[in-house]
Amino acid sequence: MSESTDKASSLFGYVAEFSNSTDLYHAAEKVREAGFRRWDVHTPYPVHGMDHAMGLGKSWLSAVVLCGGVAGFLTALFLQLFTQVSLYPTVVQNKPTNLFTVPAFFPVTFELTILFSGFTILFTLLVFIMLPRWNHPLFNSSLFSKCTDDGFIMVIEARDPKFKKEKTREFLNEIGAGNVEEVSY
Amino acid sequence: MADTKTADQSVHPSEAEGVAREPLVLNNRSMGWVTNRICGIVENRQPFVWWVLFVPAAMLFLCLVFTLVYLVSTGVGVWGNNQPVAWGWAIVNFVFWIGIGHAGTLISAILFLTRQRWRTSVNRAAEAMTLIAVMCAGIYPGFHVGRFWMVWFLAPVPNANAIWQNFKSPLLWDVFAVSTYFLISVIFWYIGLIPDLATLRDRATKKIPKMLYGVFALGWRGGNRHWRHYEMAYLLLAALSTPLVLSVHSVVSFDFATSVVPGWHTTIFPPYFVAGAIFGGFAMVLTLMLPVRKLYGLEDLITAKHIDNMAKIILLTGTIVGYAYIMELFISYYGANKFEADAFHLRILSGPYTWAYYCMFFCNVIAPQVFWFHKARHNLWVVFVVVNIVNIGMWFERFVIIPTTLARDFLPGQWGYYEPSWVEKLMFAGTFGMFLMLFLLFVRFLPVIAISEVKGVIPESDPHYPDWKRLREKRRQSNAS
Repeated sequence: MSESTDKASSLFGYVAEFSNSTDLYHAAEKVREAGFRRWDVHTPYPVHGMDHAMGLGKSWLSAVVLCGGVAGFLTALFLQLFTQVSLYPTVVQNKPTNLFTVPAFFPVTFELTILFSGFTILFTLLVFIMLPRWNHPLFNSSLFSKCTDDGFIMVIEARDPKFKKEKTREFLNEIGAGNVEEVSY
Repeated sequence: MADTKTADQSVHPSEAEGVAREPLVLNNRSMGWVTNRICGIVENRQPFVWWVLFVPAAMLFLCLVFTLVYLVSTGVGVWGNNQPVAWGWAIVNFVFWIGIGHAGTLISAILFLTRQRWRTSVNRAAEAMTLIAVMCAGIYPGFHVGRFWMVWFLAPVPNANAIWQNFKSPLLWDVFAVSTYFLISVIFWYIGLIPDLATLRDRATKKIPKMLYGVFALGWRGGNRHWRHYEMAYLLLAALSTPLVLSVHSVVSFDFATSVVPGWHTTIFPPYFVAGAIFGGFAMVLTLMLPVRKLYGLEDLITAKHIDNMAKIILLTGTIVGYAYIMELFISYYGANKFEADAFHLRILSGPYTWAYYCMFFCNVIAPQVFWFHKARHNLWVVFVVVNIVNIGMWFERFVIIPTTLARDFLPGQWGYYEPSWVEKLMFAGTFGMFLMLFLLFVRFLPVIAISEVKGVIPESDPHYPDWKRLREKRRQSNAS
């Protein structure tokens, strides 16, 4: 982060605490309306309707997972048809191995579809939320760690184009924040 | 916003008169209380009872290690199974443990999709139970193959002679089903754990626990931009696990049903096995959760309502299992297949294992019928005794299916009687030791209840909850008194 405008370059942003989920919800609506981009709310559990309040759309994780599932399905079919029909046909009890044996391949196809989708979920999730990342400026804040207990935290980052040092703090107080803390890198 | 206005005026569903549901967390507990109580289990010294259970469990686990070493160094002949009963306790115990696991996935996946919010208090422990049970199960077929070091032949790679597996074999389907089940359950469990590991990380005061919880929490920050992907991931995993859990025991039942052995070759097997697995699994969940709840003071989180619900599921699935038992008998009569009829005649009247059949029938069909009564579902001793009877009964079900059928082959000259050797008995006890030991370690080191999920079912967690101030007031009063 080398972009140094009028803000102090070491400032990460503001951490503001709200007293409950209702206040945080309404504050989030106001921050969205004010046009901020680089901000987030941090809560101990996923707050119902917060995506709507923040103006976030649907998570498209599902689309990636569909691709993962299709890949699993095709891998399983290829693995079984190729090995059983051409590479090493196993003839047990004189039962044939050809395209019409596909029903017998169904269980493994099903399981691999699920398996590939499952791993796609895990890894896509980590990519989408950019974790693991064990160090983060927010961990420097004493207020912030409350968000895994019973704190309702809002963070507005200094990188946001609308961020103004004094004005943003006033704005946070205006929309009902209790404690507001500066966090630096 | 229009929706907040209406929410302020209307009565919140959790407060409405007459239709009010029982709260999922009793005594208006706050979020801070939930965190403290659940993390306290990990952070404080374990009660004496924990050690009383852990030491014998660990010793039994050592017995398991001993029997496995003895088995590998001597050969599978140390087991009692032989022709005609080639599948002895090893496969009985495999099916038993796999079945136990099913309740965990049912709670975490199917009850999630059907929006049964009471699942949040029990899903973490039930999923842990699933993983441990599948580990216990995996030991048996692994060693039952005879030469354990050849177990890699099960993997879909050509073996030393460039021979590929027979993908038309139900035994190979089973390998895929069980390993997929285990891996997906691990992913599901771990994704659920991430926010709670972050809670433990933020509370940890000592360096090493803080580091370890921190590493496994992956740097979770609980931001809503994360939660929205997280929730989608959780939903998708639930949606995938739902057919998966139904498929696993169906595939296990194919091991039997696709054979031509009378007594096994029936189409009722997949649904019958799945119902039985859920039945036995819930019994094991209650067997574990009733003591945990008492020992760690979790009565406000795992309430009488939870136990009541699980008892009802046991009653339902137990009755389905009973229906399957009777339908098997009816079809063997109505199907007019001589061999089939004979197999069941031997099973219930004249065979060497009829005692096991009646034991199974009593434990699985008769005993759970007490759960029709509200009083029985709310008496913890009754529940505990009945679920343990069910645990025994579900083991007998697998015993009845396997040795009873194999001991009476088509020709009387092939008839035999199977008795387990001491190695099998000690090994079975050993897997119980392993099961209990790993579960106790789970309770010791990880949050036994999903903290973030429980917080989400507290009334004030809803941003449209109109009366959180009054709730706080009530809480203050109850704390003062």
